[in-house]
Amino acid sequence: MALDTVAIATANPETTQPFAELGLKGDEYARIKEILGRRPTSSELAMYSVMWSEHCSYKSSKVHLKQFGDKAVKSDALLVGIGENAGVVDVGQGYAVTFKVESHNHPSFIEPYQGAATGVGGIVRDILTMGARPIAVMDPLRFGPADAPDTRRVLPGVIAGVGGYGNCLGLPNIGGEVVFDETYLGNPLVNALCVGVMKHSDIKLAKAAGAGNLVVLYGAKTGGDGIGGVSVLASETFGASGPAKRPAVQVGDPFVEKVLIECSLEIFAEDLVVGIQDLGGAGLSCATSELASGGSGGMKVELDRVPLRDATLSPEEILMSESQERMCAIVEPSKIDRFLEICKKWDVTVTVIGEVTDGDRLEITWHGELIVDVPPRTVAHEGPVYSRPLAEPAYIARVNAEVINPAIPQTAQEIKAAILMMAATPNLADKSWVTNQYDRYVQGNTVQSQPDDSGMVRIDEKTHLGVAVATDANANWSYLNPYEGAKLALAEASRNIATAGAVPLAVTNCLNFGSPEDPGVMWQFAETVRGLADGCLEMGLPVTGGNVSFYNQTGDVAILPTPVIGVLGVIDDVRTRTPMSFERAGLELYLLGASDENLSGSEWAYLHGMRGGQAPIADLQREMRLIKLLVKGRTEKIFTAAHDLSQGGLTATLTEMVLRYNVGATITLANPGINLLVETPGRIVVAVEASKVAALKAAAGDIPLTHLGTTGGDALVINDVEISLAELRTAHTSTFQKLFG
Amino acid sequence: MKIGVITFPGTLDDRDAIRAASVAGTTAISLWHDDADLKGVDAVILPGGFSYGDYLRCGAISRFAPVMTKVIDAANGGMPLLGICNGFQVLCEAHLLPGALTRNKDLHFLCRDQKLVIENNSTAWTSDYTKGQEIVIPLKNGEGSFQCDDQTLAKLEGEGRIVARYVGENPNGSRNLIAGITNERGNIVGLMPHPEHAIETLTGPSTDGLGFFTSALKAMVK
Repeated sequence: MALDTVAIATANPETTQPFAELGLKGDEYARIKEILGRRPTSSELAMYSVMWSEHCSYKSSKVHLKQFGDKAVKSDALLVGIGENAGVVDVGQGYAVTFKVESHNHPSFIEPYQGAATGVGGIVRDILTMGARPIAVMDPLRFGPADAPDTRRVLPGVIAGVGGYGNCLGLPNIGGEVVFDETYLGNPLVNALCVGVMKHSDIKLAKAAGAGNLVVLYGAKTGGDGIGGVSVLASETFGASGPAKRPAVQVGDPFVEKVLIECSLEIFAEDLVVGIQDLGGAGLSCATSELASGGSGGMKVELDRVPLRDATLSPEEILMSESQERMCAIVEPSKIDRFLEICKKWDVTVTVIGEVTDGDRLEITWHGELIVDVPPRTVAHEGPVYSRPLAEPAYIARVNAEVINPAIPQTAQEIKAAILMMAATPNLADKSWVTNQYDRYVQGNTVQSQPDDSGMVRIDEKTHLGVAVATDANANWSYLNPYEGAKLALAEASRNIATAGAVPLAVTNCLNFGSPEDPGVMWQFAETVRGLADGCLEMGLPVTGGNVSFYNQTGDVAILPTPVIGVLGVIDDVRTRTPMSFERAGLELYLLGASDENLSGSEWAYLHGMRGGQAPIADLQREMRLIKLLVKGRTEKIFTAAHDLSQGGLTATLTEMVLRYNVGATITLANPGINLLVETPGRIVVAVEASKVAALKAAAGDIPLTHLGTTGGDALVINDVEISLAELRTAHTSTFQKLFG
Repeated sequence: MKIGVITFPGTLDDRDAIRAASVAGTTAISLWHDDADLKGVDAVILPGGFSYGDYLRCGAISRFAPVMTKVIDAANGGMPLLGICNGFQVLCEAHLLPGALTRNKDLHFLCRDQKLVIENNSTAWTSDYTKGQEIVIPLKNGEGSFQCDDQTLAKLEGEGRIVARYVGENPNGSRNLIAGITNERGNIVGLMPHPEHAIETLTGPSTDGLGFFTSALKAMVK
């Protein structure tokens, strides 16, 4: 193909261009022509097509996401907010923490190992780009039914990919989720979260300031992988037929990324960069336009200087390639020698590809010919914005009217069978088969990881300051009521932080939905964002960033609305955390929080083929009082252990607690059938010394307190039901081994 | 007493090894794969990770790193040398220890708390343990299955050169449940599990790993 230059584009305005194949709509193409005053060159078209994709531009979600800013509480803890690569919060003692969760759903369906691996790689670079040392990762994952043949293809590949990449980076994996549901069969969700830590003074931003400063590309060479990953892959519904999309999946090299991390941290430590951006979705198109747009606007790039893995790549392909493990830095000329020296030490390929100018255009040349001449803001930040039609889907009224009344176990035999069935069902079964493929020990600071309620990492070895992170989504509730579902997920993630005694501080999110072109899906999305924004406002938590993944839909089947909410908390002394279970007999067990009898959206209802009913209404005021109590329980040393109730209700919580340290419990329960299975939000099981019961009652205030029983023995005993820990353990731990081992 | 901890590109557990060596009371010195000398250290640790990406065979490239020439010389002269996980693989590739580490029998990465029995407490790295002592430290690797020919195995067993064995179910298919071995002199030890991740109960399953580092301190004093 002949080179298309700005001069040619100006001279030949009527050339037909493949904008539709690149994922652009007719009116979007028209708008590009209007911005440029001519047709775009093929390179410009390539840039606009990837940057204006749903994945990069948030064109369908922007109007809703605004609420996170509009409704935000003023938080002194927020150092960098939405819009940068990741938000940054102050956690005290001069430390700042950055965290973010992102999706890599579509690539992981096509090519599970590489899709998941590069998902980890991408989020880690986002965190690194803020100037932080990545300290931990988490992976909320969702798959089709556990016994479906395609799940056997996707799940092992995804787990191996997450582990293969993350383990090789030396990042402890401190938790996540593994959830199964039919709606994820053609659209598995692979979300990846990363946490990083830095000193306040080390925060870096994506901006190219200062005319004459150099644009430096470093890291892996550019290849032909991942071309159009954000536009043709992540921003379209999967069809039943159509060409293979595998070439649009990126291929990762974790070793290069590990070296890139260490090299970058050394560069940051010597304060050698003015601005920095990683190359993720939309590759160089994104990095150059965002850096220029974040600065004064002017930048010149000589694209032919980009080191290539494949010498035959065209300029359009180079601009669109999503080859992994690349970074783009803005460096003052006086510091370039030292920058190059550090890259040499780490054997990292580095090339000066351009410079910042005092103009307001991003100009890219190919062997001296001008092929891109655009106002960078129009590429990076002023893409199309849609107020897509939205309408409450018809199913809502129908399912909300359903009466959910699955058979409740009554006899001792039925109750025992129900406990064992819940312990073994894939959504509640032990996930060690998954998490044992991840390194949780590396870096030597992991205080909590799966199966704890939250992951917890020490960030200062002398003061014992630490952070805790939890991710949660309850798609069953979001399906019934997306507004409440978002609030409930926020409450659950916050509660999971607080059970250990950490204080929730900030929120990130990964909003996974079907096609935004379906008004019903758009309504689910809008309601979710409204719920999350209202919830964060009420709880006083800033949203520091997030990610939207649309088009998780195959044909007409959209996934359940799945807002994965990540909450970060801080704990002043990790040594004092409240563990999730008890290691000895003779402790008193109490349930904090009131229970109702609504089984809508519960695992028990799901196991009985019922997904209707009405989601609980989140009571965030009560959740906040509960969080306060949990923190107080730690600082005043009232609790010996605390564990959240969520999916699977009391039976799941008790199963996890007794198996954790192999110490049983004897429980007395009124209406055991329903009380073991109901999933009323806002509840915790705590274990306390007998001598602390009075302190617990005094601290609980208006939070209902129910005595459950005492710890000890080698069985879980509930009224007249007795299950040996060995039997319970076999049920709980053999599911994954049987399915995937 | 100074313990050097080598960082190859792709090494991951170097800071953990430095922490463990420091907690044990030694002065930990960071060494770079490209260093021309050992900066006067009295012992060396090759930590875990994926040196140079381990894309060929684990440890196959690292044995050629410039610093390894000095390490091999010093170890042949009796300097205590511990290879943990990837470090064990490097020691085998460098022929300082016999055998090879191959893919785990289940063909995937395995991270778990592992019970070991100390079989030989006369090496430079295990004198603080008792023979037959059971310890629990993390095991985490994808290629930890120790393999060697029958003759080598008989020699290792006959000479008491098995340093530690897995207790219970074989986690990775290692011959004779071998978790770690030593050379004839007892100054070089290769160990698949990670003692550096078991030096405090806050972040590890136990403090059982500390003995490897305190043992080395004693060996260096001698």
